[in-house]
Amino acid sequence: MTDRSLPPSRRSFLAAAASLGVAVSFVGRQAHAADGAKKLVVVVCRGGMDGLSVAPPIGDPGYAALRGPIAVGAEAALKLDDTFALHPSLTTVHALARQGQARIAPAIATPDRARSHFEAQDVLETGEAKVYGADSGWLNRTLEVMGPGKTEALSVGTTAPLILRGKVQAASWSPGKGLDEAARLPTLLQDLYKGDPLLGPAFARGLETEAMAQAAMTALAPAPAPPAEGGMMMAASTPAMNRPGGRPADNRQGREAARKLGSTLAGFMRQADGPQIAALSLDGFDTHAGQVGQIATRLTYLDAVLDGLHEGLGPEWKNTVVVAVTEFGRTARVNGTGGTDHGTASTALLLGGALKRGGIVGDWPTLSETALFENRDVAPTLDMRGLFKGVLIDHLGVDRADVERKVFVDSAGARPVTGLV
Amino acid sequence: MSLPSNDLMAAIAATRFGLGARPGEIEAARSDPRGFLQSQIRREGADLPRDDGESAPVRYAAFADLRQERRAARQDARMVAGDDTKSIPVVDAPNRNAKSEAQKDVQRYIREKTTGDFLARAQLATDTETSFRERWALFFANHFTVSQTKQAASIVIGPFEREAIRPHAFGRFEDMLLAASTHAAMLTYLDQAQSVGPGSPAARYQTRKGRRTGLNENLAREILELHTVGVDAGYSQADVTEFARALTGFSIGRAQDPDIGAFVFRANTHEPGARSILGKAYAQSGENQGLSVLKALAADPRTARHVCGKIARHFVADDPPPALVKRLETRWIETGGQLDEVAKALIEAPEAWDPTPTKIKTPYEFVISTWRAVGGRPAAFERLNPILISLGQKPFSPPSPKGWPDEAGAWASPDGLVKRMQWTQGFAAAVADTRDPDALARSALGARLSEPTARAVARAETRREAFALLVMSPEFQRR
Repeated sequence: MTDRSLPPSRRSFLAAAASLGVAVSFVGRQAHAADGAKKLVVVVCRGGMDGLSVAPPIGDPGYAALRGPIAVGAEAALKLDDTFALHPSLTTVHALARQGQARIAPAIATPDRARSHFEAQDVLETGEAKVYGADSGWLNRTLEVMGPGKTEALSVGTTAPLILRGKVQAASWSPGKGLDEAARLPTLLQDLYKGDPLLGPAFARGLETEAMAQAAMTALAPAPAPPAEGGMMMAASTPAMNRPGGRPADNRQGREAARKLGSTLAGFMRQADGPQIAALSLDGFDTHAGQVGQIATRLTYLDAVLDGLHEGLGPEWKNTVVVAVTEFGRTARVNGTGGTDHGTASTALLLGGALKRGGIVGDWPTLSETALFENRDVAPTLDMRGLFKGVLIDHLGVDRADVERKVFVDSAGARPVTGLV
Repeated sequence: MSLPSNDLMAAIAATRFGLGARPGEIEAARSDPRGFLQSQIRREGADLPRDDGESAPVRYAAFADLRQERRAARQDARMVAGDDTKSIPVVDAPNRNAKSEAQKDVQRYIREKTTGDFLARAQLATDTETSFRERWALFFANHFTVSQTKQAASIVIGPFEREAIRPHAFGRFEDMLLAASTHAAMLTYLDQAQSVGPGSPAARYQTRKGRRTGLNENLAREILELHTVGVDAGYSQADVTEFARALTGFSIGRAQDPDIGAFVFRANTHEPGARSILGKAYAQSGENQGLSVLKALAADPRTARHVCGKIARHFVADDPPPALVKRLETRWIETGGQLDEVAKALIEAPEAWDPTPTKIKTPYEFVISTWRAVGGRPAAFERLNPILISLGQKPFSPPSPKGWPDEAGAWASPDGLVKRMQWTQGFAAAVADTRDPDALARSALGARLSEPTARAVARAETRREAFALLVMSPEFQRR
């Protein structure tokens, strides 16, 4: 990592990152001006994000009846148009939408219909029509056709996502050990250990001790000077936020941590020679029970990441498009435990200063009984690949023939969504 | 006592008797789970790890050479610093470097040998299709503990297992006891090699020269307490001392001897006279005296009870069913301590197939079984060492001659579980993305896969999370 051929700014930046205990590696050696370069951020919300909570169709006559106790109330929802609003937690997204810098695609899906997290995530990230269609991600293949070494890409989070895996070595960075999965896993394990008289109590105590140790370490060692606007605080406080059903007290801290995650990513992207493309994974959207609290927590987190990213990019926001997507949506009806099960279409968010003002992306199939997919889910009207293709062609300027033939193979049926930027 | 279904027995065969199921293993055991285990028992013993194959004498010889070089380097440095300081004061520094270089050589040699041995053994454990056979050998390796905590013994732990334990794993217990008690590793680890009978010719000679030498009871005590009749057998201190006297002369070839690192009987250090141990008289002379005591201890019914109790505790439950222990003990006595027969009795005993798993995997078993679940193997010692250290089971380093603990409470500690989880997450990041978690859960646990775990795995958000849940599930942690 001490490559003498690097420009001084890059070297000092990497040194600063190393002092934080994070590993950063970029490919490519040609310097290019970060200013003015088009930027793309893909946020993958894992677990099957509930589109009907992200952008509740409060004007749809079927909505309140299907959702019952978990429906977002019309008075709390942040109104977009006559049909759609945004979840009350998405204040940043709403503010951007009012400036024409955020739009929703409310009935979007991948070609996969199996309702398996693993399979649907594979299809979403490989950009293929079928599971196990490829072992590289479509963002990585994008780097390939743009010319390896000319474009930098970065994945953020402990989970190096499939979307950036492939021939081109993309950078990855994580703000701390077990940021994402570590937060969910202990909760799930405590659940599995409930009936075990030995493992249950032992594990609970182990977690308590671990938390105490971390708190002590945080108190002893305040965050060092950050390379961008981020810092070690993020690593310490994000897990609390990532836990499903985090308490309100945690939420404020969690929101702050999420903003730092977003602004740190922005800091990376604003570096000369920084990444032009980034992928970010957020976990915790699998809301089988007690959905109202969980989804509010998760969307607060997502909104704060976007807030940090928007603010951190500053003048570069105008050159940026952010796409937040999930592997599938959830059932239209509420289940018996105040949650929803695995469904089909969900809502994608598009944001960025580069966006053109406009209404919803794709068609709204409505929630009438006959319109539901398999009498269960929001029916898909837009192929996810069409959205991605449109962004690559119009925003990043990737050659259309390459996009059709090399990035999204066999995607002729998914027409690129044009006119977004 | 009725037996569980074949499906459940197949899962138990692979996970309780073995080292965790490799893909397809439970399926292979399904038609005849008992026969699947039975076929792993063989008179010629357990498998040998594919290490460098060096014998204890070869290792000791190489070790001695390195130490000799180190001494020579140190002497050079002293000579330069002493007599010739005034004439050539500047030569000191390079010689000091030479000395530390030689020391580093020794340390490097020890590290390479022990890590190579351990990796080979772990790879055998991850790869083998007969993991009951391996577990049985590991049980006896822990029964006759030799630990790296004593540096001089560390280079021969691998050879010890290969030479003294594995060949006798399904032979007579007496043969294993004799092989272990006369192996250079054990004689070094429990200080027997230096023990001298106070009335022996060597002691008289040494006393005249003004040097203090004498009896070391360590090996004798541990053989009684741990390896044979057990601490509750009712022996006295006098029995220990008498046994230690009988063992005098049991030693190993020294650096200057042609038989370096091999067992030697030093007649001149043997305590003369007849001995009385546990009420039995031993009038033999020389080497035969100690060997006779060992044979008598092997044949003692208290040894059968002690070792069979440990086998039942290791494989079945911390508090093993008395009926199970009795079955093993009876078979032991009927066959004169024939270990293949005892292993068969364990498989035949219905108590051993109780569907409720109570044992917690040791860190080694946990880590090995995780590799096995994915059908993989550790490629480097460094893949195993940090996790085993953090889980409290440093490779080849049991804390005492008693060996690693075998009770659930010792391993299911709060910190231990958190550390297991953290390692699991890293492991999942390396292996889980390319696998189907549901299929993995079924192949790893078979009919032992519980509904809550299956559901948690199926509902996991990512393959990594699913894998971590599987490996951390109560039924994977237990066996």
